[in-house]
Amino acid sequence: MDSFLKINIPGGILEQIHSHCERSYPEEGAGLMLGKEEDDRRAVAYLFILENAREDAARHNRYLITAADMLAGEKEAKRLGLSILGIFHSHPDHPNQPSEFDREYALPWYSYLITSVQGGQVVDSKCWRLRDNRAGFVPEEIILTD
Amino acid sequence: MPTLKIPTPLRPYTSGESTITLPGETVAEVLEALVERHPELKRHLLGDNGQLRPYVNLFLKEENVNQLQGLETPLTEGDTLLIIPSIAGGKEHRRDHAP
Repeated sequence: MDSFLKINIPGGILEQIHSHCERSYPEEGAGLMLGKEEDDRRAVAYLFILENAREDAARHNRYLITAADMLAGEKEAKRLGLSILGIFHSHPDHPNQPSEFDREYALPWYSYLITSVQGGQVVDSKCWRLRDNRAGFVPEEIILTD
Repeated sequence: MPTLKIPTPLRPYTSGESTITLPGETVAEVLEALVERHPELKRHLLGDNGQLRPYVNLFLKEENVNQLQGLETPLTEGDTLLIIPSIAGGKEHRRDHAP
């Protein structure tokens, strides 16, 4: 896996992600990014926003998307002719760098978009993919599209 | 032989195969056959202790095998086992150390 990874995200969809992350503050917000990958070109086309399934006390620093959520996301993606390309989640009052916990629980191939929310306002989002050897993440450039 | 359905993020490690038929009479035996055939999958499915990673869920007839007999759940000819990931993450530990 190389550093030239890119993901196309329509500006309107990134705005939806940011709005959801701000609404979820001070808890973590999360959801699935659906889209298509063709010839290594990855493009998000639809969001599947989910409730954070973590228990109340942990939602400030953890998110959980259950297997049932993933099944529902897969069905929605299939209905739309898309695939689950990745997951977005927020880091309230924390940078948008993947944590050790993110790494430990990450799957390969998926794009992990992390949004930093400081004091209830989105600062920025960055996208990452897990290295094949699970040793860390590779940045994936976000290309904003119409 | 039972059949195993592979989710999209793990297909790069199965040469793109989404469905694999493998020998085995229990979930554990089928998993063992899977990682023997595709060794690069092992690090993503199993932790250092040899147990399933916490985000790896196996479903048989729409039931999580954890609700059945876990890795010892028996499988029969024609059974289909689904690998369904759950996704977890979050910022660095501050007040708790539980996942």
